Amino acid sequence: MGVNAAIAGLGITEMGKVYGRTASDFAGEAIALALEDAGLQALDLDGLLINGNQSEEMAPRLQFALGLVDLRLVNTMSAFGSTAGTMLQYAAHAIESGQANVVACVYADAPLREGTSVSQSGYSGRRFDAPGLAGLRFAYGDYGPANSSYALALRRHMHLFGTTHDQLGTIAVGQREWALMNPHAQMRTPMTLEDYHASRWIVEPLHLFDCCLVSNGGVAVIVTSAQRARELRQPPVYMRGFGQCAPGDTGRVEREPAIHTGAAKAGEIALRQAGLELSDVDVLELYDCYTYTVLVTLEDYGFCEKGDGGTFVEDGKLAPGGSLPCNTGGGQLSSYYMWGFTPLAEGVIQARGQGGERQVGKHDHVLVSGNGGTLNFHSTTILSQHDS
Amino acid sequence: MTTTAAREQTTTAGPAKPVPVPDETSAPFFAGALAGRLMLLRCRACATFSSPIAYIGVPLRARCVNCFSGELEWSASSGRATLYSYVIMHQLYDKAFAAEIPYNIVLVDTEEGVRLTSQVVDCPNDQLEIGMPLEVTFERMSDEVAVPKFRPRG
Repeated sequence: MGVNAAIAGLGITEMGKVYGRTASDFAGEAIALALEDAGLQALDLDGLLINGNQSEEMAPRLQFALGLVDLRLVNTMSAFGSTAGTMLQYAAHAIESGQANVVACVYADAPLREGTSVSQSGYSGRRFDAPGLAGLRFAYGDYGPANSSYALALRRHMHLFGTTHDQLGTIAVGQREWALMNPHAQMRTPMTLEDYHASRWIVEPLHLFDCCLVSNGGVAVIVTSAQRARELRQPPVYMRGFGQCAPGDTGRVEREPAIHTGAAKAGEIALRQAGLELSDVDVLELYDCYTYTVLVTLEDYGFCEKGDGGTFVEDGKLAPGGSLPCNTGGGQLSSYYMWGFTPLAEGVIQARGQGGERQVGKHDHVLVSGNGGTLNFHSTTILSQHDS
Repeated sequence: MTTTAAREQTTTAGPAKPVPVPDETSAPFFAGALAGRLMLLRCRACATFSSPIAYIGVPLRARCVNCFSGELEWSASSGRATLYSYVIMHQLYDKAFAAEIPYNIVLVDTEEGVRLTSQVVDCPNDQLEIGMPLEVTFERMSDEVAVPKFRPRG
């Protein structure tokens, strides 16, 4: 069963240490850029799906900041970093069933403040006043809980399968090579494996260069029907398949959510809907809050056996010139951190063939992943320039 | 109702570590810790143990993870566990921990089958080993609050 909806517009604002602007401001600009990209106007919008992160103002309030009226589909959505894929799915269903015609899906955030380190931003998880059991982690010094929880997952993977820092470093170095060719990327200086190893520990076994950036900025895409998209300015990017899987975490020892992620099921569902096999995928845009996320996602999609992610990536196949181009804009490790909208934006660019010097030659099918929580939420989207 | 942050009493310069503030739902956990017991939740219907901490930001686990019963009661762990994973914190987030960097954060698997976040004490970081046997111990942070940690077992 095909999906009768396509991405017709993409907007990416300036990214990174861009100070003095609000998330709403970034969101507005991203939507304006996406509309212009599509050749549409704000009046054409009748749907708005919003994904904020640390910015509370992004909740349904954004409609008022932007002055949009008479929308037929509006909501704030969050499945953490997997949200981009789940929004596209919801937008596509609404369009297919006639509930909306032109839907803007937007992510924006502005956690960085001038003169303040990332470790002291909203991402540090500083909630000293959290009452009850929520305060327990701070008594242990377990701040920045994403870093520690992914580090715990990675340590377990290293223990079970012998995964090495050389292997993780290969992912980081490869993505930096891609970022050097991306005008939107924050990190535009070359990185060697030695640089990776020399980068300081954040939470051992995570080096600084295992961790994603934090960015101020916004990304928006415009979703409309396949027919309408074909009449617009840009080549349509069809959404051929969707999949979600939130494996949960019972806190019981019988399950290992650190090792077995939702990618296995979400990928299978999305590929089945698209009528494709894993071997049909030309370009990967994988959610990369950490290098480990890329490695474990590759395993769970089935590109290699469980536990073999390290040996799979160590030949550099994900880097420019490799056999499995992955995170071709530099990803969240080296371009910008917009949750699932980072891999989505680059997926749209690659599917259209607009990647400039970083454009992958064969780009018929692009697999985009989203991941949230500590590997607790997963979404898969298959993008293509072909509608079937 | 908001609860103001409590800070450990300190006699030296610099901030003290944040002391948890027991509330209505967590009172049995902290009362147990003061008395030297690691309190978990146990299902009255199927006897499955679960961690009271369901996820970051969730006040208290609401249902049994095995049978979805809402009848959960507090029940003490044996206190015996093994090390599931560990990490070493190098990033300074809170000056109260500056003197302890690098310190460990761990996941332990209790005998009851429950995975908990904690710390290992009485063991140098380079001696931490996945699978090592542990037992609970309690660190007194104030007159009212103690927190469970783990130390190597025999």
